[in-house]
Order: sequence, then C-alpha cells, then structure tokens
Amino acid sequence: MNPVVIVFPASNCDRDVAVALEQATGKPPAMVWHGETELPDTDFIVLPGGFSYGDYLRCGAMASKSPVMETVIAKAKAGTPVLGICNGFQILCETGLLPGVLLRNANLNFVCRTVTCRVDDAQSMFTSGFTAGQYVDFPVAHHDGNYFADDATLDRLEGESRIPFRYVDNPNGSSRSIAGVINETGSVLGLMPHPERAISPLLGGIDGAAFFRGVLEATA
Amino acid sequence: MKAKIIITLKSGVLDPQGKAIESALKGLGFAGVSDVRQGKEIELKLDETDEAAARAKAEEMCKKLLANPVMENYAIEIMA
Repeated sequence: MNPVVIVFPASNCDRDVAVALEQATGKPPAMVWHGETELPDTDFIVLPGGFSYGDYLRCGAMASKSPVMETVIAKAKAGTPVLGICNGFQILCETGLLPGVLLRNANLNFVCRTVTCRVDDAQSMFTSGFTAGQYVDFPVAHHDGNYFADDATLDRLEGESRIPFRYVDNPNGSSRSIAGVINETGSVLGLMPHPERAISPLLGGIDGAAFFRGVLEATA
Repeated sequence: MKAKIIITLKSGVLDPQGKAIESALKGLGFAGVSDVRQGKEIELKLDETDEAAARAKAEEMCKKLLANPVMENYAIEIMA
C-alpha cells in the first residue's frame, strides 16, 4: 500500500491521518503539498480534515481548485480510491466527485464530540472492516457538516447503497442523517466524522483503527 | 469594467444563518419579519471594455468558482 495524504493550507488533520495510515500499513504515507501537480505512485489518496483556505468563499471551494486536485480528480476517475474526511468531504463535493454539498450545521453550533454511526452498507471497500448494522463511534468536529442534496439525488444514493455511514443521533441537521457518501463506482468516500481520531484506547476509541485496516486490506 | 455578483441560496436550501438573523431581528422588536435569507456579494474589476465580454468572463468565474450550483443561484451586474 502506498497511501498519499494531500496537505492544503490550513489542513489540520493531516498528521493525525498519517499516524492512522502508518498504524494500518506499517509505514508513513507520502505527504503531498497542494501546490504540486504530480503525485508519487499511489493506490490510496486521502484528503484530510481541517479548514483549508480558512473556509473562505465556501468550505472546500478554493482547495478543490488547487493545482494538485486536477491530478487527484484524474486518478479518482481512473479508479484510484480516494477518502475525504471532514474538510476533505467538503472538497470532494466541490470537485463534483461526490454529489451534494455540506451546509452550515442546522443548529449553527460547531459540534465537537464523539458520535455513534450505523454502518448501513458493508459492501463498500470503505466498510470492509465492519458488518452491516454495526454501530461505530467516531469523533466529529465541524461547523459545516449538514449534508444537502435534492430529493432525487438522496433517493438515488439510498437506492444505490451509497450511504455507508449514518448518524444515530444527527448532530448537524444532515439530510437523512447522512455521515458519509460514496461515488457511483464505490471508489470515493466522503466522511464527516474523523476515524483517524479513534485509533487507540488512549484517544477514547478504536473503531477508526478498524476502519483504516478494513479500507487498506480491501484496496491492497 | 466592474462586475457585481450577487450569490443567493436556492429556495429550499436551509439557511440557518438567515433564521438566526430573523430571530435576532424579532428579539429587537421588529415585528412582521419572515423568510430572512443571507447571501453574499462579490465585487471585482475586469480589464474588459466590452460589456458582453465582461459578463461572459464573470459568468465563467461563477461557474468555475464563485457559486456552487448545488445550493446557490447567482446574478451578475456589469458596470462601467
């Protein structure tokens, strides 16, 4: 496995996800600055959480136009698995690789706590560490995690089993309690919660470690 | 030329900030206020002398970056 983590100005979970990937693969991932136009040979790309470009204009909007994103989009379209966590999810929506958009939380609060998600679909490579119906605990920390898409899109996502994680107790007003969405081909996941913050009992949970182990085994 | 771009949330898109503004206005005693929606305005100068060319450029900017069609509408005003 050769994961790559893209680092944007004001990414702040890039090092956390690097630790989680190293725990799962045994070696540190390549870290690639957003201004690059080439990626090292990779079979898994991660867009980390944070507040790229200070969330100016719209969350993820500027980052989605970064030079490196042209390469990321091309690789994603060619089938390389891509995971976007939190701000990474917002960036993926802004690129159009995922449908919908993440709006300001319905209650306007920045929500920062551990939430329980239900694994709704364990068929995807991103849920292979889990079984369908399983409950997992991941931390969330966001102001704009309120997933929105029109009803036709939401119906399609449900019909095509493209909602692998849903909140049990919706913290942000997200449509149909969506915590994560995958693309048509199943190779791109946007996830609002932070599995990389739940990889050790010292951090309060290990469900994130199972998440990364599952993903990396499925993509190996 | 100058362009003024007004970006608004599409109808049906939840606007919690608009709701908070509405409740603050009501708290200040403004009666009969409803449907408060918050948008944004972007002003920029363009090195164009032709209005149609300036509008086309602003339109392209909206499509590529300034607005997200999933949740937003935009209107472009071109001024000398």
